[in-house]
Amino acid sequence: MSEQVFLLPDVGEGLVEADIVEWKVAVGDVVSLNQPLVDIETAKAVVELPSPYAGTVTILHGNVGDTIEVDQPLITFEVVGGEDATPAAVEAATPAPAAPAPEARTSVLVGYGVANEDATPTRRHRRQGTTAPAPAAAPAAVATPSAAPSASPRSTPPVRLYAKQHGVDLARVTGTGRDGLITRADVDALLGAGRGVGVPSRVASPATPSRFIGRDLEPWDSGPAEERIAVKGVLKTMSEAMTQSAFSAPHAVVWLRVDATKTVELLASLKSRPSLEGVRLSPLTIAALAVCDGARTYPGINSSFDAAASEVVVRRSVNLGIAANTPRGLIVPNVKDADRLGLVAMAQALNGLVDRARDNTTTPAEMAGTTLTITNVGPFGVDGAMPILPPGTGAILAVGQLVKAPWVVDDQVVVRHVVELSMSFDHRQIDGALASQFIAHVGAFLSDPAPMLIAG
Amino acid sequence: MIGEELIQLLTPEGQRIAHPEYESTLGGDEVFSFYRDMVIIRRLCNEATSLQRQGQLALWAPLQGQEAAQIGAGRALAPMDFTFPSYREHGIAWTRGVPPADMLRIFRATTTGGWDPQKYRHSVPTVVLGNQALHAVGYAMGVQRDGAEEAVMTFFGDGASSQGDVLESFVWAASFNAPIVFILQNNQWAISEPSSLQAKIPLYHRAHGFGFPGFRVDGNDVLAMYEVTKRALDNARAGGGPTLIEAYTYRMGAHTTSDDPTRYRIDAEVEMWKHRDPVERTKALLAREYKVKKAAFDEVASEAEELALQLREDVLAMDAPDPITMFDDVYADAHPLVNEGRREMIELGVSGPR
Repeated sequence: MSEQVFLLPDVGEGLVEADIVEWKVAVGDVVSLNQPLVDIETAKAVVELPSPYAGTVTILHGNVGDTIEVDQPLITFEVVGGEDATPAAVEAATPAPAAPAPEARTSVLVGYGVANEDATPTRRHRRQGTTAPAPAAAPAAVATPSAAPSASPRSTPPVRLYAKQHGVDLARVTGTGRDGLITRADVDALLGAGRGVGVPSRVASPATPSRFIGRDLEPWDSGPAEERIAVKGVLKTMSEAMTQSAFSAPHAVVWLRVDATKTVELLASLKSRPSLEGVRLSPLTIAALAVCDGARTYPGINSSFDAAASEVVVRRSVNLGIAANTPRGLIVPNVKDADRLGLVAMAQALNGLVDRARDNTTTPAEMAGTTLTITNVGPFGVDGAMPILPPGTGAILAVGQLVKAPWVVDDQVVVRHVVELSMSFDHRQIDGALASQFIAHVGAFLSDPAPMLIAG
Repeated sequence: MIGEELIQLLTPEGQRIAHPEYESTLGGDEVFSFYRDMVIIRRLCNEATSLQRQGQLALWAPLQGQEAAQIGAGRALAPMDFTFPSYREHGIAWTRGVPPADMLRIFRATTTGGWDPQKYRHSVPTVVLGNQALHAVGYAMGVQRDGAEEAVMTFFGDGASSQGDVLESFVWAASFNAPIVFILQNNQWAISEPSSLQAKIPLYHRAHGFGFPGFRVDGNDVLAMYEVTKRALDNARAGGGPTLIEAYTYRMGAHTTSDDPTRYRIDAEVEMWKHRDPVERTKALLAREYKVKKAAFDEVASEAEELALQLREDVLAMDAPDPITMFDDVYADAHPLVNEGRREMIELGVSGPR
């Protein structure tokens, strides 16, 4: 048996780090050659790394969300040595002084050229840092180029940004990376933030951890007194989108209570149809159809305000965004060309969208180009909301909980299924009259969907 | 979208389909050997992608989806024909007999070439987009002047078809009636740009404007690719001049390992093309018409698996050359600027084996 360490490779030509998105193996797992190990997210893409070894996983060098630098340990394996059955074993037997990853990286990349100024010395130092003793002429500062009389301490752009965001002067940081490179961890060390990774273990608390934007927070009693959470990933996307939208689009809201009894009855009758077996229908399906029908009737609602061009963009197809609560936090994938879908196709499209969101397999393409959005707050037991528009969209409809409530029918108070619709819209291009007409149309659809479905 | 003009002999379901001008001349054994080529090159390509993800290659350009376009065209070549690839022609390299490990050398950055072009009648990968079309036409004009009975074939994609080099090469090929076949693999995406953006007419129509014939072939149909390419090569050798063949196909994977196609194209499109898979339709034909048994398909799969393991072993065993050797093959003869570069590099102390 021998130990093999898989260093994070540069999967995209000149990348310096990657975030761990999902581990697909655990310590103790026996993995085969090329078995998927982990999804990592780089500045360019989310990619799956296949195992370079056949063996047993002994250490995972990081948690989901952690940033690992290229050429730093990612996974350690126990590999069966002395066999020539697997090529991995062949490599293990080779007494290579240098780790495998840098070997490929330090060479000039195929067809993409190399930036002239900084790249050359950097590559040269790397080469010397990873090989056997260099020839006589090697500069003295090989081990710590950051100590060389250069203008600024050596680091990478993401780390420089990170330091800047946290008010850290890199001149005060001691780099512990290769050749004295300042890493994110070095900045953290100065900040003394801990960042959730190495939080000292405390007495286990029976309280369940509560979810907070894609992570579990430690319970009130046992967690740290104050915690800082890096704004990145889904949290970063959400915060940036909401800030941009809230401070550029003047939001106004209309709301409407609707007797959705006929929607409930229709769904109940469809549920027993053999031809619809396996199709998950819900009030959201009908609401989605209602929104699309409303957009066809009032295209002005399906619009965005292009301030740079001083133009309003009206679109005659609906990419219907659905605000989805996922393990990673809030994401808003959309159903493309939703206005062309009928009942069954809409149900299948929504189900696929939600399933992929829960499984973290939503693609960036699915999140791009939303024109109208539904946020389904009902399942949380909420009646209504004042949602903030996803940037570049004209309206977002919140669908509240469907509850039995007293309702006046023919001057009699009867029990009906009632839902509240609340909708924010961009008041730069959509006025109150249009928003009211639109929400009334959606309400009319939900209060008697059958004729609308047939007519549509 | 594709139009009536698409030349197809095998449907995505693996059914033969009649064409007024072309029919398949291949027997069962030959079709099976084409299938084997496609399975092997797909498996080797996947192994190369894994090796890149494991830090063993700097880059890789996957060909998945384009196996039929390459194997069909490659198998139509005669031994003495000469080929000029871009950087994705692993299937052509395979049909020319280039050892798989040699195909990966340039992507591991241990060489500036990878093999002896004369030995395999296959030039080294050209990464500068479309450049090889000029090399190929120049070579073809040389063949013409030698009076040799050879044809030349070059490969580029829908993106490179917009390059000046490619269009200039069309002019020269037409003007001199050069014995060349241009294989344009239209895989629908020039990195993130759809081919519909850069071509307002079907790409093969461009040949007509230059004055030579152009055809659009179902690039996922290995039978059609073989027959159309073979006739174009015969025509070139007989003095009939250039032909453009647009292989209408699809890049199933990323442009290169540095690319994330989910950022610019939708899943539904990839799903649609999965149903047009070149390997599966050939397998369906073999099973139905030639009664090829599962055991035979399994044997090809294990052979591909063994070759993939061998490829891995060969790649991991590759030595990095002394960086100074990068200057050796820039020009055939000594050149003062290259000599100066070499001298500076030695002075910087970067020479010596790694």
